[in-house]
Amino acid sequence: MSETVIKCESVYKIFGENAKKMLEESNGHVDAKTFQEKGCIVGVNNASFEVAKGEMLVVMGLSGSGKSTLLRCISRLTDATGGKIFIEGQDLLELNNKELIELRRNKMGMVFQSFALLPHKTVVENIAFPLQIKGTNTEESISRAMEMVKLVGLDGRENYFPRELSGGQQQRVGIARSLAVEPDIWFLDEPFSALDPLIRKEMQDEFLRLQEKLQKTIMFITHDFDEALKLADRIAIMKDGIIEQLDTPANIVLNPATEYVRKFTEEVPREKVLIIEDVMDAPSKDNLGDLKVSKDEIIENVAEKILTQEKLVGVVDSNNNIVGSIKPSKIIDTVFGGRKNGS
Amino acid sequence: MEYLKKYPKLFQWLFLLIVFFALCFAIDVPETYKFIRGQAEFVKDPNQSVYFFLGKEVRYYAFDVFWRLPPLLGWLPIWINDSLFFLMNEWMPMEFWNEDTQEFKTRPLLLEISRNLTSFMTFLIELIREILLGGLETIVAFTSWDFIDAYPWLELPGLPWTIVAAGAAILSYKLSGKGLALFAGLTMIYISIFGQWKPSMQTLSFILVAAPLSFIFGLGLGIAAYKSKRVEKALYPILLVMQTMPQYAVLVPALVLFGVGDHAAVIITMVVAVPPMILLTILGLRAIPPEVIEAGRMSGCTNWQLMFKVLIPTARRDILIGVNQVIMVCFSMAVISAFIGAKGLGFNLLLALNQLNIGLALEAGLCISLIAILLDKMSLAWANKQTDYFGNLTFFQRNKNVIFFAASFVIGIILAYVGTFIFKGSFNYLFEIPHNKGISTADFWNKGVDWIFDTFFVYIKAFNTWLIQDVLQPMRALYLRMPAVATLVLAVGAGYLIGGVRSALVVAALTLFIALSPWWDRALVTLYMATFGVVISCLIGFTVGTLCFQNKKSAAFMLGVCDIFQTFPSFVYLIPVMMLFGITDTSVLIAVIVYATIPATRYTIEGLRSVPVGLHEAATMSGVNKFQRLTKIEFPLAFPHMMLGLNQTIVFALFMVIIGAFIGTEDLGQYILKALSDKNGAGIGLTLGICVAFIGLIFDNLIRTWVGKRKKHLGIA
Repeated sequence: MSETVIKCESVYKIFGENAKKMLEESNGHVDAKTFQEKGCIVGVNNASFEVAKGEMLVVMGLSGSGKSTLLRCISRLTDATGGKIFIEGQDLLELNNKELIELRRNKMGMVFQSFALLPHKTVVENIAFPLQIKGTNTEESISRAMEMVKLVGLDGRENYFPRELSGGQQQRVGIARSLAVEPDIWFLDEPFSALDPLIRKEMQDEFLRLQEKLQKTIMFITHDFDEALKLADRIAIMKDGIIEQLDTPANIVLNPATEYVRKFTEEVPREKVLIIEDVMDAPSKDNLGDLKVSKDEIIENVAEKILTQEKLVGVVDSNNNIVGSIKPSKIIDTVFGGRKNGS
Repeated sequence: MEYLKKYPKLFQWLFLLIVFFALCFAIDVPETYKFIRGQAEFVKDPNQSVYFFLGKEVRYYAFDVFWRLPPLLGWLPIWINDSLFFLMNEWMPMEFWNEDTQEFKTRPLLLEISRNLTSFMTFLIELIREILLGGLETIVAFTSWDFIDAYPWLELPGLPWTIVAAGAAILSYKLSGKGLALFAGLTMIYISIFGQWKPSMQTLSFILVAAPLSFIFGLGLGIAAYKSKRVEKALYPILLVMQTMPQYAVLVPALVLFGVGDHAAVIITMVVAVPPMILLTILGLRAIPPEVIEAGRMSGCTNWQLMFKVLIPTARRDILIGVNQVIMVCFSMAVISAFIGAKGLGFNLLLALNQLNIGLALEAGLCISLIAILLDKMSLAWANKQTDYFGNLTFFQRNKNVIFFAASFVIGIILAYVGTFIFKGSFNYLFEIPHNKGISTADFWNKGVDWIFDTFFVYIKAFNTWLIQDVLQPMRALYLRMPAVATLVLAVGAGYLIGGVRSALVVAALTLFIALSPWWDRALVTLYMATFGVVISCLIGFTVGTLCFQNKKSAAFMLGVCDIFQTFPSFVYLIPVMMLFGITDTSVLIAVIVYATIPATRYTIEGLRSVPVGLHEAATMSGVNKFQRLTKIEFPLAFPHMMLGLNQTIVFALFMVIIGAFIGTEDLGQYILKALSDKNGAGIGLTLGICVAFIGLIFDNLIRTWVGKRKKHLGIA
């Protein structure tokens, strides 16, 4: 596993006047209900996880689940009530204001749900803003911002004001702005939630293309489970401030840890999420048919081929070694089994 | 019983009223009670009672406590006054270097500060005044009188009026467009041709100093309040009182602290103009979406960068609306501060009104109104103007306004120079048209007024007599007949029924302050005049508003009319009423009604407009007719907003009642006006002002609490 960039150890965020004291007295057993009776609201409850370099962690939860609060703790837009957060080994909560500003200027970028563009600045000025705040001279910052304009495909609109752009275009500006300082860590807080479904899909694809190229360490917040499945390396599902499950999309779909997670996975088209490796059986020498499929193939893409076979289908890795086998009936099980009205 | 269960509130109110009237009838008027009792503490009368508090002697006529409370706060004005005197003349004497006599002199600290502030303000005003009108004080300030004697050519010549007019037009064009530019140009030409140039420019220079200073202080304090809850908490009560404080009242302490003249007026104008700026700054900063702030922080902004590169530009519009408010308040103060010797249009207006020269007053008033409208429109246009991109314009396009102004500057100077040849030996009309050398319409108006008087005198007089004898006098007597205890019970009971214990306590405190001051009777008279004005204003305003709302165009037109009327400095309203009704209570009340109808109408239209379209459609689909829609849907939903209108109406009415003291009333305002010419007036003026402010705040608290609850109930909070 490559190096850890973000590391959280039992992070708590509790809103209310006596939050800190109450947390200390609770000895790590925070119950949202008892806290609420005493006038405190639990935002994040004992969150521990790590994000590796170049990994995309999607935090998924419904509104009020504490996902945005968690992100704001890690970007220190709000101070966590308890626990420790490390950014590249640095203890985030120990940083003084100056160090924090330095960290944000060089290491972090963030995209917001409502775009949060400055209304009085043009597209290119908005994108150049973090650079100018840093003290980069105008010429350099503008030329760098122009590169970003091209990267997100807004050339020709650089002198527009945010009010003259559509939602999708505005979010492109937001993305460009967050990338202008070439941050290592990229926070995205429901970046596509305010967009129309068609534009959202387009932006998701664009986002995957960008990430392919940039390989940032990403924390991505969303309330859309499909979006999480589409983008994530790993997904953290949150409810009432608690991370219910943190795993790869396939594992979440196949082995939901709690009833709550299971409800989300029920409606998910598995053939679009799972790859062959997730469902294959141990390699079997005999009765193997002629067809061989790669273990990394998404089920949907090969299902038709496999279903025409009568014998076992061999599963191979990238070096064409047989690593497993799969029965055609297994495909049917995977796709239709385990659902609400399934067998 | 059924009824009682259905409307418990109704019966609570009825019960309150019964208690109130029972008290009124149970408590008799003391035989010795007379209304006109002067300022008890200054008349020595053997019938008076005396008490001492903090070493101050307070005299008053003692009555049954149920009838009138004793003036237990009577020491307050005396004490304020003495404290001010002590602070100014004795507190912290220090050695200061005197430039003129070249020696150290011992002076109280506050006096020295006041002197320095005064000379600084005077310098600023003179500087701008001399740029506009010419003069030599500014040069003298930097050098000396001897120097100017040696080099007389150094005297500032002043700008020819043509250049100022062109400048105003070009600025208006830049901010808004051709329409406003035309208006600006015509206004300036009008002012010049009708010989009002000099006083107008004096007023303008006053505003050009007061408004920017108020803006800076207001913005600074607003930012401080936004950043720190503690500052906000400390400022809040002051802001609240200042909103309902009559402007007369603040003039009095200014007299003591800063003396008479433009500088004192500027300083006191700032005191009045800063609060709305603070409020709008806080409002604007609070309205910024939190994500924008977070975006700024994540970009690595320091606190300073966040404030000036993110927050203030994002809140630009609200802050500029604040500028608009500041300018309007400054304008209104520019007129009123003529009472403490500020020069300009206000002074001329006051003079003309004092001489009952309605024609002259009308001319000055018209000029004031025109400039006020112009500045209002300009600052609003500025607030609504969005930033444009001009990176790819040519040099000429980018700087065309500057170039045009430079050109008109040159042309103006050439014209003025040519003028010296044309108007040889007489006034150079192309440079500056002197006061009273322009066209004057005063005679025409005066003749008009005379004609109106001659023709309609009988009717006006009859109306006047009827109103005063059959309506106003009985109403006043009724108000004065209220025993203090009954009034208190009514106020506190209303507070409790509307907002619970908290409201009841606030209202009780505010009412007690007035009841324990020496001016309870005067407050009742103020209240009666305000009530009369408010009732009629609301009747007119709600009716007119509802009628105009029936048609989109007429609604927009009415709002426009309200805008313009609201721009007029309040003093201007006195001119036409004095023209028609002379110096009577009727005049004051008519001015009150005209002025207070503005918010009543505006809030009615706005409230009705704010009813959601969806509801309209739902109502239409259930087959209501226009009248049903109005009574069943629009009125109930718009009512909370209309009540806010009532709140504003009360504030406006109180304001005008106090200003009406100039015509001659016998309420609190009259005492404030008297305090202006009293050397011990500061404490009295201030306390009176607070009394008036508190009357406003009692209603403000009750109405706002009710509206808040009602809106929550309707789900439109």
